Amino acid sequence: MPTLLILGAGSDMAVAIARKFASEKYDIQLAGRNTAALTPQQQDLQVRYNVNATTHLFDATDFSSHNAFYAGLPAVPDITICVFGYLGHQEKAQVNWQEAATIINSNYTGAVSILNVVAESYAARKQGTIIGISSVAGERGRQSNYMYGSAKAGFTAYLSGLRNRLFRSGVHVMSVQPGFVNTRMTSHLPLPPLLTAQPETVATAIFKAVKRKKNVLYVKWHWRYIMLIIKLIPEGIFKKLSL
Amino acid sequence: MQKRLANWGNYPAVASDEHAFTREDELRNYVVANTHMIARGNGRCYGDASLGKHSISMLKYDKMLSFDTGAGVMDVQAGVTLDQILDIIVPKGWFLPVTPGTKYITVGGAVASDVHGKNHHVDGAFSGHIIDMDVLTASGETICCSATQHHDLFWATCGGMGLTGVITRVKFGLKKISTAYIRQTQLKAKNLEEVIRLFDEYKHYTYSMAWIDCLQKGDSFGRSILIVGEHANPEELNAKQKEAPLTLPAKRKLTVPFNLPSFVLNTFTVKAFNWLYYGKNYKKVMQKVIPYEPFFYPLDAILQWNRGYGKAGFVQYQFVVSLEQKDGLIAILKKISEKGWGSFLAVLKVFGKQDSLISFPMEGYTLALDFPIRKGLFEFLDELDEIVLQYGGRLYLSKDARMKQEIFWNSYPNAGRFAEIVKQYNSDARFESLQSERLLLTK
Repeated sequence: MPTLLILGAGSDMAVAIARKFASEKYDIQLAGRNTAALTPQQQDLQVRYNVNATTHLFDATDFSSHNAFYAGLPAVPDITICVFGYLGHQEKAQVNWQEAATIINSNYTGAVSILNVVAESYAARKQGTIIGISSVAGERGRQSNYMYGSAKAGFTAYLSGLRNRLFRSGVHVMSVQPGFVNTRMTSHLPLPPLLTAQPETVATAIFKAVKRKKNVLYVKWHWRYIMLIIKLIPEGIFKKLSL
Repeated sequence: MQKRLANWGNYPAVASDEHAFTREDELRNYVVANTHMIARGNGRCYGDASLGKHSISMLKYDKMLSFDTGAGVMDVQAGVTLDQILDIIVPKGWFLPVTPGTKYITVGGAVASDVHGKNHHVDGAFSGHIIDMDVLTASGETICCSATQHHDLFWATCGGMGLTGVITRVKFGLKKISTAYIRQTQLKAKNLEEVIRLFDEYKHYTYSMAWIDCLQKGDSFGRSILIVGEHANPEELNAKQKEAPLTLPAKRKLTVPFNLPSFVLNTFTVKAFNWLYYGKNYKKVMQKVIPYEPFFYPLDAILQWNRGYGKAGFVQYQFVVSLEQKDGLIAILKKISEKGWGSFLAVLKVFGKQDSLISFPMEGYTLALDFPIRKGLFEFLDELDEIVLQYGGRLYLSKDARMKQEIFWNSYPNAGRFAEIVKQYNSDARFESLQSERLLLTK
């Protein structure tokens, strides 16, 4: 059976992704900071889908541990999906470096650190799929969330460069721009229903897109055009807007 | 963030914020820091039992922890819904020990309402099949309880409408089946006397319930169809069904996309009933083997059927009176029939014996029907309540949105003891719903 590694397995989106791939008979490696908290999820995958599920300690911001973490996995995963991220508090991050650093490390530096390790392994094997969950917030910096947005912008650029580099090695890299998703991370925000996806919808879209080897996935198609329009606004006008 | 929340009856609707969690420590931190909270599952109870200022949404606490396919034991987090469990257990030859008329409820909700099914007279209510469960109480402590361990908490939690704490994990026994089909028998009864006699005659059947036509008067008063069933054996299936006896054929679901004018559902049910009753090939007794879904969950096939009652919503009225108080059943049904405000169909069921602290079922007749919200309805229902009380009966808290507190306190014999236990585990009334405030259970 093929194996999926989920980095940041505790989030609502990760739960849905794990269930979707397990329902398609993938073994699942759940990686996160709190392995005890991942145990119910591991049991759930085994009970519901009768697949092998394992839990692994992984801290995105503990960069030096990443080589050992990857080497310690019971099997080389066929697909690695990077789901972890941290929305943070924009206003706090403007004045508190600790908050800013956590946002950058959780959304960008940590992802680069672990995916560098995975990329070398896949390049050497000449196979594998890497999926990064980035964000539409990374497509243009806005005053309301540019700390998170700039880190995701870096991640999006990283994934695009990695895709370019690994193409010749037969390794596929997919970037996912989910748009708004109904999760605990966004439960305090009033989200427009038409533009908001359920985690299960995101998971199904990712599974289908991987099978079709898509490069960039916008889960709700509207977002591609919304972001296109936002990107086309001249900077002179954009800087005066309160977005 | 405040949202507009309403349960299945769309009445009442309140502004509430919803707090979701996936880990027990998240829940604990929330519980010890807040008041006016109530756990809420899939919102399929009809009234205000799971509505409060702060609702704790259980739906993301939905992990299945173990399934012993040999012994038929399921251990789940309380936010798992029954439909998800059926998908896993039926192919392995197991079924829910007790199921209400919808599978879109959480296990926690099933316990908090102590739900009953068509097999109550044989298998009792859901509480009778619980091996043990965890309840996170107001102090933040999680207590594992069962009929023998912390039994006061256990019995006050079964049917306790979430007032003792948050039910977080439930381990329960399943029922062995050899097919996913039901051998169903439908019997026409020309009036209430006949259907009551038929209930008795068919009481050895595991599953039974009747649809009553509430509009008939005179000799046809209580005209009904009794539906009884048994899990089918493999040899009772046709050739196609035999190929995969534990798998149901795939089928599409219909949905009611928006609120309809309120007469639509009644028109629809009148037609459906008449079709069954007068159908060309419809004999007095009709037998067939059907998949379990239409047998147990006929209304689940129409998603959002509650919208058929329109924007104002509806309340469901369900009461029980003892077997000796058949006159009470007749009196109430007559009053409902004369008023003509209720749904055209009512569901009648005979409950078996049940020992419980605060659960709804007791040996006797239970009748349930819908009333679309209208001017004067609550005054009318208050009159019905008095008759129910007079005949020693009581109302189902899961369907209740309007009962007066004195009716509750006078009709549930253990209300005082229940309130004491609630106080013990929920001393500052941290867990509180609109219903518990109304019934003065958390004051």
